[in-house]
Amino acid sequence: MKLNETLEEFGDYIVKALGDDVSDYVVAYDELTILSRRDKIVEVLTFLRDDKNCKFTVLIDVCGADYPMRARRFDVVYHMLSMKKNFRIRVKLTTGEETAVPSVVPLFSSANWYERETWDMYGIMFAGHPDLRRLLSDYGFEGHPLRKDFPLTGYVELRYSEEEKRVVYEPVKLVQEFRDFDFMSPWEGAKYILPADKQTEEGAKD
Amino acid sequence: MGIDLSKLNLNKDNTPHMNNAQAAEFNAMEQGTYFKNINSDLADKGFVITSVEDIIAWARTGSLWWMTFGLACCAVEMMHTAMSRYDVERFGFAPRGSPRHSDVMIVAGTLTNKMAPAMRKVYDQMAEPRYVISMGSCANGGGYYHYSYSVVRGCDRIVPVDIYVPGCPPSAEALLYGILQLQKKIRRTVSFER
Repeated sequence: MKLNETLEEFGDYIVKALGDDVSDYVVAYDELTILSRRDKIVEVLTFLRDDKNCKFTVLIDVCGADYPMRARRFDVVYHMLSMKKNFRIRVKLTTGEETAVPSVVPLFSSANWYERETWDMYGIMFAGHPDLRRLLSDYGFEGHPLRKDFPLTGYVELRYSEEEKRVVYEPVKLVQEFRDFDFMSPWEGAKYILPADKQTEEGAKD
Repeated sequence: MGIDLSKLNLNKDNTPHMNNAQAAEFNAMEQGTYFKNINSDLADKGFVITSVEDIIAWARTGSLWWMTFGLACCAVEMMHTAMSRYDVERFGFAPRGSPRHSDVMIVAGTLTNKMAPAMRKVYDQMAEPRYVISMGSCANGGGYYHYSYSVVRGCDRIVPVDIYVPGCPPSAEALLYGILQLQKKIRRTVSFER
C-alpha cells in the first residue's frame, strides 16, 4: 500500500474515533495533520497517547504560527512521535489573542517549556499552565517577537551608562535601516522592478 | 630559516607597504628580537638595565589570564586556541573560570540583551588592569544579528574593548594573532601614575 493511502486510512481512523473533538485531517508532503478543536486538545492528545494503535508517547514540540489576516490569527501546532509505531503526527488548532488554549502539561511534562516559549513568542495563552512566564526573551521584555506585526529590530536597545553605572535601555536608533537584498527569494519575490530590469525593458521597446 | 636582523627597525610599529603575511612575519621577528636582545645582553654583561615600567609591562604580558566568556560558536574556536595545537599557555595566556583571577575577557560570540547585564557584572568583578578582546562579528558589531530585537549591536556598548578580532567565527590563528596584538598593546601603553 502506498504511503499516502496508509496515512489517509490512519487519519480516517483517528477522526472516526475522536468524533466531534477533531474537525478534519490533512495529508500533505507525506505527513499527517489532525485539525483539532481548541477546547478539546487535551482529549485529542490523550487519545493519541493512550490508544493502542497510536501510542504517540513523545511530545516533540509545541509551537505557534501567526496569520494576521485571519479572525483567529494563531495556530498552535503539536508534533508527536510514536516510538511504538515509528510514526510522527501533527495536531493543529486555531486560536485568537483573547482565547486561551487548554494546557497539555498534565499529559506531557515536556509541554511546560514549549508552552512557555509559545506564550513568549506569540502571546498565546494556555489555561491551566503551572507557570506561564516568558522563557527566552529578556527580563521585562515587551511584545511578542514572532508576531508578524512585531518589528524586526524591536523597540529597545542596550547600552552601559557610565553615569548610572548600569546597563540602560533606550529606544532603538539605527545608523542604517535594514535592507533586504534577497530579490530572488521564493518566499518573498521581488516587490518592485529593479533599476537594471527597467533599463532592459526600455531597451527592448526601442 | 635565516632572519636578516639588519632589516628590522625595532621602534617602527607598522609598515604599510607590507602585505598581511609579511607583516605577520615582521611582527614575529620583531617580538623574537626583543627577547633575543635581552638574552644576549644578559649573557654578555650578566645584567640588564631597564625601567620598572618596562619590566612590569613585560611581566604583565607574559601572564595574561583570560576569562572564558564563550557565548556562541566563537567559543569553539576560542577553545581551539587554548588546545594543544595553538596552545596559548606558552604565552602565559591561561584560561580561568573566575573573573577575580582574570586579566582579559574574551567575548566570544553573540551578546544578547538578556546576557548584557551579566557580562557587565563579570567585567566589573575583574581586577585592574583588565582588558577585553572582542571576538567575531557578533561581538564586534552585532554581525549577522545586527538588526535583531534581542542582540546588542557590538559588545563595546557594554564594556570598553581593546582588541577586535574579525571573522565569523575567527580562526584560532586569528584569535592568537589578536592575543599577540594585545600583548604588544600592553607593552606599548603601560604607564604609572607617580
